[in-house]
Amino acid sequence: MISSKLRLGTAVLAAAALGLASCASAEEGGEAAAPEDVPGITDTTVTVGTHQPLTGPAAAGYSTISPATQAYFDYVNDNGGINGRTIEYIVKDDGYNPANTQTAVREMVLQDEVFALVGGLGTPPHSAVLDFVNDNEVPDLFVASGSPTWNQPEDYPYTYGFMVDYPTESRILATYAQEEFPDKTYCFFGQDDDFGEEFQAGLEAVLGEDGLADAQVYSTANTDIAAQISSMKEAGCEVNFLATINGFSAQAVGTAAKLGYFPQWMASSAGGDFNTLSGYLGENTNKLLQGFVSANYLPGYSDAEDEWTAQFKEINEEYNAGAPFDGNTIFGMSIGYLFVEALKEAGENPTRESLLEALESGNVTGNGHTPLGFGEDSHRGYTGAMLTKVDNGVQSYFGTPYVVSGEEVEEYTEERPAMPADGLPE
Amino acid sequence: MTVARRYLFAAIAAAVLIGLTFVVPSFSSYQLATVCAYLCGIAGLTLLTGAGGQLSLGQAALMAAGAYSYALTANTMADAGTEGPLLLLLPLAAAVGGAAVLGLVIGLAAGRLHGPYLAGFTMALVVALPAVTSTFSSVLGGDQGLWITVEKRPTALRGMVSNEAWQAWLAVVCSVLVLTLLANLLHGRFGRELRAVRDNPVAAALAGINPARTKVTAFVISSAAAGMGGGLLAYTTQSASPGAYSLVFSLFLLMAAVVGGIGSLTGAVFGAVLLVALPHLISTATSRLQLSADLSQRLDGNLAVAIFGLVLVLVVLLAPQGIHGLLVRLRSRLRSRATPPRSESVPDSSFEPAPPSASTTTTRLSARHESEQLPATPKGQ
Repeated sequence: MISSKLRLGTAVLAAAALGLASCASAEEGGEAAAPEDVPGITDTTVTVGTHQPLTGPAAAGYSTISPATQAYFDYVNDNGGINGRTIEYIVKDDGYNPANTQTAVREMVLQDEVFALVGGLGTPPHSAVLDFVNDNEVPDLFVASGSPTWNQPEDYPYTYGFMVDYPTESRILATYAQEEFPDKTYCFFGQDDDFGEEFQAGLEAVLGEDGLADAQVYSTANTDIAAQISSMKEAGCEVNFLATINGFSAQAVGTAAKLGYFPQWMASSAGGDFNTLSGYLGENTNKLLQGFVSANYLPGYSDAEDEWTAQFKEINEEYNAGAPFDGNTIFGMSIGYLFVEALKEAGENPTRESLLEALESGNVTGNGHTPLGFGEDSHRGYTGAMLTKVDNGVQSYFGTPYVVSGEEVEEYTEERPAMPADGLPE
Repeated sequence: MTVARRYLFAAIAAAVLIGLTFVVPSFSSYQLATVCAYLCGIAGLTLLTGAGGQLSLGQAALMAAGAYSYALTANTMADAGTEGPLLLLLPLAAAVGGAAVLGLVIGLAAGRLHGPYLAGFTMALVVALPAVTSTFSSVLGGDQGLWITVEKRPTALRGMVSNEAWQAWLAVVCSVLVLTLLANLLHGRFGRELRAVRDNPVAAALAGINPARTKVTAFVISSAAAGMGGGLLAYTTQSASPGAYSLVFSLFLLMAAVVGGIGSLTGAVFGAVLLVALPHLISTATSRLQLSADLSQRLDGNLAVAIFGLVLVLVVLLAPQGIHGLLVRLRSRLRSRATPPRSESVPDSSFEPAPPSASTTTTRLSARHESEQLPATPKGQ
């Protein structure tokens, strides 16, 4: 009896493994033969992949990013694609959970054989696959996170950043705070990971070691942050810097308001999108967010004069089923644009190597208010930021862009790249 | 003889699975490694809950203990300059040991609890995990968890086998080892004691068994198995983070054990395979269907959970003994059909009272005694 059970078990294991094998190998083949056997490239298509938090704690803020990227790719595909190739975009949900990212990215790289990863979102999730993608020599472009981790060309030659990194952003915010709100009590509320840590380090570099009267952290697994906000209130914090994802920015503002506490908020671009915040805060949004300062570097969604915004808005109407147009939409489309630009620069028959060479050449410029840091020995994304403020329910840019080189925060005076005809890279 | 046979089958199973990694694509090898890692956790749960009757919702926390033990040991060793097989084996041993120690501590408390109280207690463990990791974030890395320096496959194998295949080998060998040891325990004296305590602690105590000690031992063994699973996951994914060992994952482990057939190790195998295959098949299916991008993206994460829930409900309603029980029943039905004289008089022998023949009665009794299945109406709870 025992042996027969074990025999059954063995048979089951073997059958299951065979099943996995057959359903996996069925995926292969089918596609047309690739020129020079570049993974993810056929005569007519380029396949790229991404991991996104479509469910889980970060979904409410970020799940609209990949549909926006998809919409931009659809727009490009409808306009002839890039050198006759259409872009196929695989989006996998990882729920902002590194363990899921592992599986999702392995599936895309090993089984779907993507040409590159584009815009993988989140520091903890993406850290989990950093070694894997570089071991497999997959271009890992425009990681949607401000961690400086992505800028290590020597250790991780295949990985490129996108967002302005957290220390840069926090330096700019702190410098502004010193000018605008001198002699106030500064405090910090951040995510308990690299995001919070790096951001806080940048703040302290400008404000001094004891420039922060109180520093509180939260864990994404715990949505109750009343204890942290009460502590900040008790510490007499007047200007609070936020290294938070959108959900927790809203949570911080809302919790403070419930405690009758209305400090000046200064948020990272990762958690400062007005429309996303208003989704959480509901009808009191305008009152709660009045004067809310946040960093950004991409075209502003409310900027009526901006030709990028106008173009993206049109694409959003036509290819994204008219989904709400906000900072996430711009973010997603900007990542899409940057990839298309890089792909075009990579030549008629792009390879993984030529794609990376294109980025290193410095000819790929993106659409931000500050320049990209791509070069031979830098994989840094946007090198600076501009500040936005909310006034009467409208979030808009003010002042000039700033860039940080080394320790110094400087004004950036050059024009940003002009939009090519119809928002399609030339 | 049976034990020797068990080792033989274990060796064959391991050889077959390792052989498979040469023919399947490397992503399937990765999936196989994941199945094996989950299997360790589920098999531990099978012993604890199936044979021991102690309902635990905290298996993920014990796997996390294994993963973090692995991570801390491996990173400390790598910092000290250790390389080679030792950097692989010692952290795995630490994973098993670390989880077993935690299991002992929990077990000592949990031995006094039963039913919903134990379930609540063990669930609290999983819920507390993110708080623990963020309280000690300087050591445990907070939400982000720990990044692990792992010993990669031996240089001699590079170019011959993929990294995923190597991970699968390791996971196969470890999980087969765990399963064989658990099978030996379940079919030996300890298994009988455990079932006796489950069915009636008072009677077991009268028979000279120490119920409390048996329960605690079961907890420790189950935790050690989970620790091995966590260690394997830490190795394959190169990370240990609280998000990977959530309450949902813990419930999934229990669901996998139930759907596979709680109380049988074969059932644990079904459960582990299902846990890996189902989300994959669903996302493959949704990507094949021409759904709108928005809808398919939303389904991607949630549909697997919904279907898993549906499968669980169906299994509990239609096949309370799980997939394994269903197959066993199917096979005995086929067999009884193959021998016509008996099948005509007793169409469904499994539900009939035992025939009054002396020989059958003894086999039935001993089968009842040997059975690792949960009784239809659990007693003593």
